Amino acid sequence: MEANTRGTGRLPAAFLTPGSSSFLDFLAEHKPELVPGRRGLPEGAVVEAPHGTTIVAAVFDGGVVIAGDRRATMGNVIAQRDIEKVFPADEYSAVGIAGTAGLAVEMVRLFQLELEHYEKIEGATLSLEGKANRLTSMIRGNLGMAMQGLAVVPMFAGYDLDLGRGRIFSYDVTGGRSEERGFAATGSGSVFARGSMKKLYRDDLTAEQASTLVVQALYDAADDDSATGGPDLARKIFPIVSLITEDGFRRLTEPEVSRIAISITDQRLAHPNGPQAPLL
Amino acid sequence: MSTPFYVSPQQAMADRAEYARKGIARGRSVVVLTYVDGIVFVAENTSRALHKVSEIYDKIAFAAVGRYNEFENLRIGGVRYADLRGYSYDRADVTARGLANVYAQTLGTIFSSVGEKPYEVELIVAEVGRTTEEDQIYRLTPDGSIVDEKNYVVVGGNADSIGNYLGQRHRGGMTLSEAIRVAVDSLARDPNGGSPRSLTPEHLEVAVLDRRRFQQRKFKRILGGQLGRLLDGDQSAAADDEEKPAATPPSDE
Repeated sequence: MEANTRGTGRLPAAFLTPGSSSFLDFLAEHKPELVPGRRGLPEGAVVEAPHGTTIVAAVFDGGVVIAGDRRATMGNVIAQRDIEKVFPADEYSAVGIAGTAGLAVEMVRLFQLELEHYEKIEGATLSLEGKANRLTSMIRGNLGMAMQGLAVVPMFAGYDLDLGRGRIFSYDVTGGRSEERGFAATGSGSVFARGSMKKLYRDDLTAEQASTLVVQALYDAADDDSATGGPDLARKIFPIVSLITEDGFRRLTEPEVSRIAISITDQRLAHPNGPQAPLL
Repeated sequence: MSTPFYVSPQQAMADRAEYARKGIARGRSVVVLTYVDGIVFVAENTSRALHKVSEIYDKIAFAAVGRYNEFENLRIGGVRYADLRGYSYDRADVTARGLANVYAQTLGTIFSSVGEKPYEVELIVAEVGRTTEEDQIYRLTPDGSIVDEKNYVVVGGNADSIGNYLGQRHRGGMTLSEAIRVAVDSLARDPNGGSPRSLTPEHLEVAVLDRRRFQQRKFKRILGGQLGRLLDGDQSAAADDEEKPAATPPSDE
């Protein structure tokens, strides 16, 4: 057991040292081998691993919606059809991940724990900015891996209880953080998803409309990017759509998402390019 | 040159136990008891920032009396232990029994180590199960012994008299409101037979491990208004915060 290092069974000093409220800092001190990104890769090796693809998010009146497709690819092969890439980070925020799936899932697990740990130790939750900054340092810790092709690029969305609105933060591989206005996309299909949302996004969307918007954007991404999966009607695999409002995090149920996805698919049978914005 | 006095081991341990006991007896008590939906923690504590009752992990909570800096250290150690264990294995592998063992080892080592003063703390580690039968409550004393308690436990000053009173009134299947009122009545009693003190929500720190919560984390503090209504015997107050069943519990898959 990790608690037993001196043969007495007593908690080691690192456990009882006050000061840090960060689980990551504690891990780095006590069990550095468990910190992702601390494990070096052999020089020059190229690992082929499943990659997750497109994540989109949009702010609406009273919250934010974040969604992801379900495909993971490895080269030209579809590695997984039903991967989940959007996770609750805590009660008022969520994180979506693009990039190397294995590392990303581990990063999310650690990020969730980091927020929960802080909350338990301090008896208070981090500010939304504080949470976004914690994620920055975790991505930066992965830079060595990213340079060998194992990048993780998350998107962070949450409801800011102080400001009373939804906010989106996007990242690059070095941990560079930028707050997005209105909507954002990351991953291989992000170019197409962003183009789609550019034409469809408005400031006064409702939660329902914003959910439709992100599924439309994912449809457009899947239309032009082979690594992004569209709604799979045959297998009943639909995108993951999560809403974060004042009431907290809520993942739309499968019937809710399937209703949105099926109505979009039906409309695309008549108009394969989707809804049209006015020319002027 | 002076010759050191010989002190028998029995005497040394008895002195240490007495020292720790006196430190604990100075503080107000904490009552932990089971109710129909879980385990409720009631502490007399006027501070809103310095907690005597805290969350450790999904189904595990911690209550303590005695010296604040010492039990706060142990609490943080417990959170780190639980989070590390949950991270390296799985959330289901973090148990109150394991945590109580680590606390017992820690307290026991400190108690018998000549260079250190014994901790003046008494801890409770409780885990809520799927049914009342699976609920676990452990009491840890400063010398490192673990007592597996059933149904209710009291630690702190006047623990014996409060425990006697509670033992006569605790029964299985109490509602949250009944359990809190019994606990508050027992805390308010004067051990010398005088009239009971009046304890309002401002004097109390109350928290529950509620097995009905749909969230993964079962720990919940009961604050101000809701606590007042529960003390007045309003049953509907128990469900106050449970009106959002749509949220999905966080998963780490």
